[in-house]
Amino acid sequence: MIPAEFEYVAPSTVEEAVRTLDRAGDDAKVLAGGQSLLPVLRMRMADPGLVVDIGGIPETKGVREDGDALVIGAMTSHHEVMRSDLVRQHAELVALATRTVADPQVRHRGTFGGSLAHADPAGDLPAPVLAMDAEMVVVGPSGRRTVPAAEFFVDYFTTALQANEVLVEVRLPKYTGWRAHYEKFNRVAQAWSIVGVAATLLVRDGTVAQARVGLTNMGATPVRARGVEQALLGSPPSGEAIRQAAAHATEGTQAGSDASAEADYREHLAEVLTGRALATAAGG
Amino acid sequence: MTATPVSPTESELGRSRKRKEDARLVTGRTRWTDNMTVPGMLHMAVLRSPVAHARITSVDTSEARRMPGVQAVVTGSDIAQRQGSLPCAWPVTADMKAPPAPAMAVDTVNFAGEAVAMVAARSAAEARDALDAIDIDYEDLDVVLDIESAARDDSPLVHQDLGTNRNATWTFDSAEAGTGGDVDAALREADIRLDRTFRQQRLIPAFMEPRSVLADPTGEQYTMYSATQVPHILRTMLAMTLGTPEQKIRVIAPDVGGGFGGKLQVTPEEILAFLLAEQLGRPVKWTESRSETMVAGHHGRDQVQRLSLAARSDGTVTGLDVKLLADMGAYLRLVTPGIPILGALMFNAIYKFPAYRFSCTNVFTNKTPTDAYRGAGRPEATFAIERMMDELAAELDMDPMEIRRRNWIGHDEFPYTTVAGLTYDSGNYEVATDRAMEMFGYQQLRDEQLRRRQSDDTVQLGIGISTFTEMCGLAPSRVLGSLSYGAGGWENSQVRVLPTGKVEVVTGTSPHGQSHVTSWSQIVADRLGVPFDDVEVLHGDTQSSPRGLDTYGSRSLTVGGIAAVHAADKVIDKARRIAAHLLECSEDDLDFSDGRFAVRGTDKGVAITDVALAAFTAHDLPEGVEPNLDAEANFDPENFSFPHGTHLCAVEVDTGTGGVRIRSYVCVDDVGSVVNPMIVEGQVHGGLAQGIAQALYEEAVYDDDGTLTTATLADYLVPSAVDLPEFHTDRTETDATSNPLGVKGVGEAGTIASTPAVVNAVVDALRHYGVNDVQMPCSPQRVWRALAGVRAGSSTGSESGGGLGSIDSGGGFATGASGGAR
Ligand SMILES: Cc1cc2nc3c(=O)[nH]c(=O)nc-3n(C[C@H](O)[C@H](O)[C@H](O)COP(=O)(O)OP(=O)(O)OC[C@H]3O[C@@H](n4cnc5c(N)ncnc54)[C@H](O)[C@@H]3O)c2cc1C
Repeated sequence: MIPAEFEYVAPSTVEEAVRTLDRAGDDAKVLAGGQSLLPVLRMRMADPGLVVDIGGIPETKGVREDGDALVIGAMTSHHEVMRSDLVRQHAELVALATRTVADPQVRHRGTFGGSLAHADPAGDLPAPVLAMDAEMVVVGPSGRRTVPAAEFFVDYFTTALQANEVLVEVRLPKYTGWRAHYEKFNRVAQAWSIVGVAATLLVRDGTVAQARVGLTNMGATPVRARGVEQALLGSPPSGEAIRQAAAHATEGTQAGSDASAEADYREHLAEVLTGRALATAAGG
Repeated sequence: MTATPVSPTESELGRSRKRKEDARLVTGRTRWTDNMTVPGMLHMAVLRSPVAHARITSVDTSEARRMPGVQAVVTGSDIAQRQGSLPCAWPVTADMKAPPAPAMAVDTVNFAGEAVAMVAARSAAEARDALDAIDIDYEDLDVVLDIESAARDDSPLVHQDLGTNRNATWTFDSAEAGTGGDVDAALREADIRLDRTFRQQRLIPAFMEPRSVLADPTGEQYTMYSATQVPHILRTMLAMTLGTPEQKIRVIAPDVGGGFGGKLQVTPEEILAFLLAEQLGRPVKWTESRSETMVAGHHGRDQVQRLSLAARSDGTVTGLDVKLLADMGAYLRLVTPGIPILGALMFNAIYKFPAYRFSCTNVFTNKTPTDAYRGAGRPEATFAIERMMDELAAELDMDPMEIRRRNWIGHDEFPYTTVAGLTYDSGNYEVATDRAMEMFGYQQLRDEQLRRRQSDDTVQLGIGISTFTEMCGLAPSRVLGSLSYGAGGWENSQVRVLPTGKVEVVTGTSPHGQSHVTSWSQIVADRLGVPFDDVEVLHGDTQSSPRGLDTYGSRSLTVGGIAAVHAADKVIDKARRIAAHLLECSEDDLDFSDGRFAVRGTDKGVAITDVALAAFTAHDLPEGVEPNLDAEANFDPENFSFPHGTHLCAVEVDTGTGGVRIRSYVCVDDVGSVVNPMIVEGQVHGGLAQGIAQALYEEAVYDDDGTLTTATLADYLVPSAVDLPEFHTDRTETDATSNPLGVKGVGEAGTIASTPAVVNAVVDALRHYGVNDVQMPCSPQRVWRALAGVRAGSSTGSESGGGLGSIDSGGGFATGASGGAR
C-alpha cells in the first residue's frame, strides 16, 4: 500500500491553489481530508504527479451565516459540521446525515467539501445537499462561480468541477424550524450506505407545507425524490399519507447492482426507507 | 474485569491476573516483524497474478531491473529448481492427488494473487514501484470456480497433469468401524428423514497484523523472523523443503498480532524471502499490504454440506449421513486437505446417534488455497448438525431444546464413546443448558415471539440454539498418526529455577494473542510456590525454545500448559532430593507447599529458591544429582479435549429491510477448570465475534473470472464492536479427566458454537412464513429474498443472492460503488 511518487504542495490561499492546479493540468489532485484520496493513491488506482493540499487554507474552513444562507466551508471536517450549532439549527438534515458517516477517526479528518467533490454514489452527504437546493461555490482560474447542486453531481465519482477548480464553500438556504431525518441502511457500522434517504419537512398546522427528499445510492448521482415531495404536500405527515408518498420513491432512480444489493432490492429499500425517514422526521 | 490484589496464599489458578503482555503492547514497545531492521537489509515486494488461471507466455523484467534502488528481480523460472514444493503435512489418504505447489508460479498461474515475480530494492517504495515495470503476458485457461461442477468428471481441470480436480475422498462409516450401525438401514427405517444442503461460505482470517518475514542470511545460522503461529514447524519445513540443514536455521516469531489459523502456514513468501536473501547474501524483509492478505493469505471454510438425518417420530435420532465437498483452492498448503477431516468425527456432536457415515471429497479450484481458520473443520460440522437439530424440531413441531435434551449424552454417561469412535471424557450438558436458559429468559422471549407473530409485527423475533461440543487440544500423537498427519501432537516445556530464585519457563507453544505468558506464569508460580512476577516465559524462538509444535487447535494450555506442569513437577522432585539432603532428613518427611519444603512435625525447612542456589553452587549435592535446578518435559496427551456449552441467541429481523439485529446473546461454556477467567472471557468474546461474523457478515466472493471482489475491508465486512451485541457469558466447570489441571481448550469454542445459534435464530424468526433456510452470511438482501421468495410461492432463501452471479460485473457501478475507489 505505497502510493506512486508524487510532488506535494500546500498553498496558503485558494488563488495559489488554483494557479498551481492550472499549471499542472490533469496531472494534479486536490487533497482535502484524504480519507478517500489516500486509499485511491495507495491502491494505485490513480497516480497524480502533484498533490495540492488545501488543508492549510483558512478561508475554506468553518460554518457561518450570510443573510438568508448558511455557509459551510469545504474544508470543514465532518466532526465540526455535525457539532455546529448553526448547522443543527438551520440545516439539521446535514448534521444528521454527517453523523452517519464512517467512524470518529474518519469524521475528524474527512471534510464536507471532500465528500461532495468525491461524489461517491454511496456517500451520505450529496443527497441531503441536493435535496436542500444547495449551491456550490467554486473557484477556478477565471474566478468564482456558483453551481446549483442539481448540476454539480454529474456521474459516478464525477462532478461539475474542472481539474483546475477548487470547491471552496457550500451555501444552503436556511431550513430553520424544519424537521429532518437521514435514514441510512448499511451492514456494518463504518460502511457506506446501501441506500440512504434524506428527508426534511416543514410542518404547519399539522400538514406538510414543504418537503425535500433526496436518495443516496439509487443511481450514479444522488436523486431528488420530487414525486415523494409532491405527494406529501398538504397532507398530515403520518400513516397512510406517508405510505402513499413513499410509493413514489423509485421514480427517476436508476439503481445499480453490486455485491451488497441488487437493483430490485435497492428499489424495495428506497421505498421502505423513505417511509421510515418521513415518519421519523415527522415525529421529530 | 479487574485483577484485584489478593493475599499471597490465594491460589494463582482461577485468578483474573492482568496480562503481563499488555504494558508493553499498549505502550507501543512492540516487536512486530515489520518493526525489525537489520544492517544491510533490503525490501522485498511480490508481483501477483491478476488472473485466476493462465499460462505465462512471456516475462520481461528488464525495465524493472533498471529502476532506482532495485537490487534483484526474480521470476519463477529463475528459482524453479531451488524453490521445491510448499509442504503439505497432511496427506489424508494414501492415494491423495496433489499438484506441485511452487512458492512462485513458473509457467502456469492457478489463482489470482499467486506470486509471479519478486523484487529486492533498497526501500519498500522502490520495490513496490518496480513491480509496475514488470511485464508479464498471460494466455488464459478455463477458470474453475464452483466446487460442485469442479468435482464432476466433465469439468475443465485446474491442474492438467492430475487428470482430475478431486484431491481425495475421505470416509468414515460407523458400521465398518464397528462403532455403530448402518446408516442406510437407519435412513430406510426412519419415521422422519430430513435432507438438507448447507453452504459454508469462504472466509478470510483477517488477522490484524499483516504477514511479515525478515530473512537474514548473514549469521552462522540463517535467521528468519516471521509473523507466524508456527516457528518450529516452519524451521523444520524450511529445512525439508529447501534442503538447508535444520541446525543452520533459526526461526523467531516475535510479537505476532493474531493468526486465527491464518498464520498456521509455511507461506510462499517465507520461502521466497529465504531464497532472495540467500541469493543476495543480504537480509530481506517483506511485509504484505492488506490487499495481499486478502488474496494471498490462505482462506477458510468453503464447503458444500449434504446431510441426511434419520429420526423416530418422538424425536430420537437414529442415523446421520454426511457428504461434503470441500474447496481446497488451487493448491494444498500445510494442512489443507485435513481441515474438513478435523470435523469428520464431530458431526454427531453431543447426540447419541446410533449410526453415522461421513464422506468428504476435496476439490481443487482456481481460488486462493484454503487451510486452517479458527475452528478448522469443527465449526462446519457444528453448524450443520445444530441446523439439522433445529430443522428436526420444526419438522416434528417440538421445542428445539427439547429435541436436544432427548438426544444428548447424559452427565451420568461419561466417559462416553461416540459413534465416531471418540471418547468424550467429561461434560454436563444439562447444567450448562439450564443456566443458559435461565440467563436468557427463554420462555419470555418465546412469548414475545408469539406476540410479534400474532400481530404480524414488522420486526419478528427469532431464537437460535447451539449446544455444541468440539474436539481440540491437538492432539494425541497416535491418533494423528492414524489420521496420516505428518507430525505428532505432543508439547515441550522446560522449567529452570535460576540461582537468584527467579524462574524461566520455556514453552514450545507460540502465542499470538492468547496470553500464554500470563497463564504459564500463573501455572508455574502455583506449582512452585513462587511469586507470579518472578516467572518469565520464553517462547517463539527455536533457539530459546528448541522443541515444540506451536499454537493452533486450542492446544496450548491443554498440551503445552500440561508440559509446563510436568516440567515443574520434575523440578520439585529434584528439589526435594536436594532439600532432604540439606535438611538431613528423608524425602518422605518433607511437605512441599507455598514454595517451601518443611520437615513434617518440625519448624525446619528450606525454600525452593534456596535449593536452587544450592543446586547452582553444587558444593554439596546428594550422590548422583546433577547441578542446577531445572527440568524438561514432553507431554503427549492421551485424549482430545472436549469443551462444550450452550449458546442462545435472539435476533430481531426487520421484515421491511431484511436487516438482522442480535437482540441478546447468552452463552454458558464449560472449558473445565480455568487458569485465568479474564483471559478465558476474552477468548470467548473474540470467538463469538468471529462466529457471528460468519453468520451475518463475512464472505469471500469471486466473480466469474476468478477475481476476489471482496478484496478490501470495505467489501469484506469484518464486524467491529459496534456491530456486536453485549455478550452475556457464564461458565460451568466440569473438569477434564485427561490432564492434571482439568482444563479444556477455549480458543475456538466461541467461533464454533456461535454461528449456528445466530443462523438458527434468523431462520426461526422467519419460520412461520415458510422459510427454512437462509444462506450465510444472512445478509439483509438474502433475508429479504427468502421472505420475498416464500411470499411469491417459490423456494427458500438458500438460492438467494449476494454470492457468485449476483455481481453485475458488466456495469461500472459494481466496481464504483463497491470497489476500493473509496
Ligand atoms: C473507513 C471509511 C469509511 C467511510 N464511510 C463513509 C460513509 O459511511 N459515508 C460517507 O459519506 N463517506 C464515508 N467515507 C468517506 C469520507 O466521508 C471522506 O471523508 C470523503 O468521502 C472525502 O472527504 P475528504 O475530505 O477525505 O476528501 P479527500 O479524500 O481528500 O478527497 C476526495 C476527492 O475529492 C477531491 N476534493 C476534495 N476536496 C476538494 C475541493 N475542496 N475541491 C475540489 N476537489 C476536492 C479530491 O481531489 C479527491 O478526488 C468513509 C471513509 C473511510 C476511510
